[in-house]
Amino acid sequence: MKTIYLDNGATTMVDPKVVQEMAPYFEEKYGNASSTHHKGQEAKMALEEARETIAKSIGARHDEIIFTSGGTESNNIAIKGIAFANKKKGNHIITTKIEHDCVLNACKWLESQGFKVTYLDVDRQGFVNPDALEKAITKSTILVSIIHGNNEIGTIQDLEALGKICRKHNVYFHTDACQSYTKTELNVKKQSLDLVTMNSHKIHGPKGVGALYIRNGVKITPLLHGGGHEHNLRSGTENVSGIIGFAKAVKMTSSGHVRQMRKLRDYLIENVLKIPETMLNGTVGDKRLCNNANFSFKYVEGESIGAYLDAKGICTSTGSACSSRSLEPSHVLIAIGLKPEEAHGSLRITLSRFTSKEEIDTLLKVLPGIIEKLRKMSPLADAGSGW
Amino acid sequence: MADIKSKGNTYSKKALDYFKNPKYAGDMKNPDAVGKVGNPVCGDVMHIFLKVTKNKIEDVKFKTFGCVAAISSSEALCRLAKGKTLEQAEKLTNKDILDHLGWLPPVKMHCSVLGAEGLHEAIRNYREKHKKA
Repeated sequence: MKTIYLDNGATTMVDPKVVQEMAPYFEEKYGNASSTHHKGQEAKMALEEARETIAKSIGARHDEIIFTSGGTESNNIAIKGIAFANKKKGNHIITTKIEHDCVLNACKWLESQGFKVTYLDVDRQGFVNPDALEKAITKSTILVSIIHGNNEIGTIQDLEALGKICRKHNVYFHTDACQSYTKTELNVKKQSLDLVTMNSHKIHGPKGVGALYIRNGVKITPLLHGGGHEHNLRSGTENVSGIIGFAKAVKMTSSGHVRQMRKLRDYLIENVLKIPETMLNGTVGDKRLCNNANFSFKYVEGESIGAYLDAKGICTSTGSACSSRSLEPSHVLIAIGLKPEEAHGSLRITLSRFTSKEEIDTLLKVLPGIIEKLRKMSPLADAGSGW
Repeated sequence: MADIKSKGNTYSKKALDYFKNPKYAGDMKNPDAVGKVGNPVCGDVMHIFLKVTKNKIEDVKFKTFGCVAAISSSEALCRLAKGKTLEQAEKLTNKDILDHLGWLPPVKMHCSVLGAEGLHEAIRNYREKHKKA
């Protein structure tokens, strides 16, 4: 059975050219970038080149980028690091109800440490209202953290508008760009960003590598103390091979790939919506991540849809409670106003530049039958639209 | 328990087989009793239909809104209940469903509980109807 991988929002295949680029850094160029001998300097040079690549991609300077172990760590440094370093200024943080768990749980933990957190609502499409952000800012606000492209429903926030407000009120602005990085415009100056979380494994790079942009002058404290690596902000020997792979992955992205994914996404959405009593979660067009589609199918449960697709070799994911460890439906789908039973029936399909039209056609061929089979089994379908 | 934990969040082959090819899923014409349990808000709804002849479960069907665990528990329950007397069927528990399937992921245990409840609810419904008649 051929695998059709449509869960690229979870992780992606590492591009073979990325693997090739990384290969010498295991057995040949294995030096520690902190060592002063030639082996160390060889690694150091490569590391700094990679840093330059990441910096350039978001309009930053190379000394404003630190490497981390991934999105979760970058978000934790940004949020806790700002909170601890700016306690004297205030104890208020603003975020949204649709953040990734690592942002939400970092904020919840800070609440237990005496910080106050405001969780902004979003509209039906998943957008944060800039006026609501401005109203939420108080004299004690030290940080605003808003996800750029949402990992579940793909909504891309207007960072420029949100960033202007933060700058105007002199509040640090952080965005989690794990899903959006290289898929839509990200420019730290234009969008008035102080901190940006990026990661490698969503863009065909290796797992376990990420980066954090920290604008020069931002007051932040490290979480890991040690040998003073990464401008004293993230101690620990750099994962040179991973970082080299990350930079190569960034270099391989292109606007052509984005256009190609967007075209395929729209073809997918158009055809899935032909299934009766199906709705699209999130928005349409340029303000949706080019590789994301998220649907709710009435009367059926998402894990079951996913399991039938998996039996046909097709990998997807769901916001259903049944697939989560907490048995709670997706907080993002609830935040955009879905009823729990609509959230249970959700299916997320995320493409990559390697996804072909043939693969989407295979999905479109089997999906209507799966929904029909599950609806025939479902007592809710009998009750009609009343759920 | 150690065994179940070691299986993590995977399903047994039997659970997946039942999920993919349920023999007892669907409608039943003029059932003698129906057991309705669960709640769509929580993500599981199970309806169990019974045909009873001479105190014996002659036929059983289910309709379930839910995950792999809920559907495979429904199917397992029907297989276990068919042919049993009402008294025998009443004694079936979620442990019987679990043993029959092999295991369920720990977070999905409640699906097997729901299955047993569905059957007991259907039997209660039958007895009530029977009393009135």
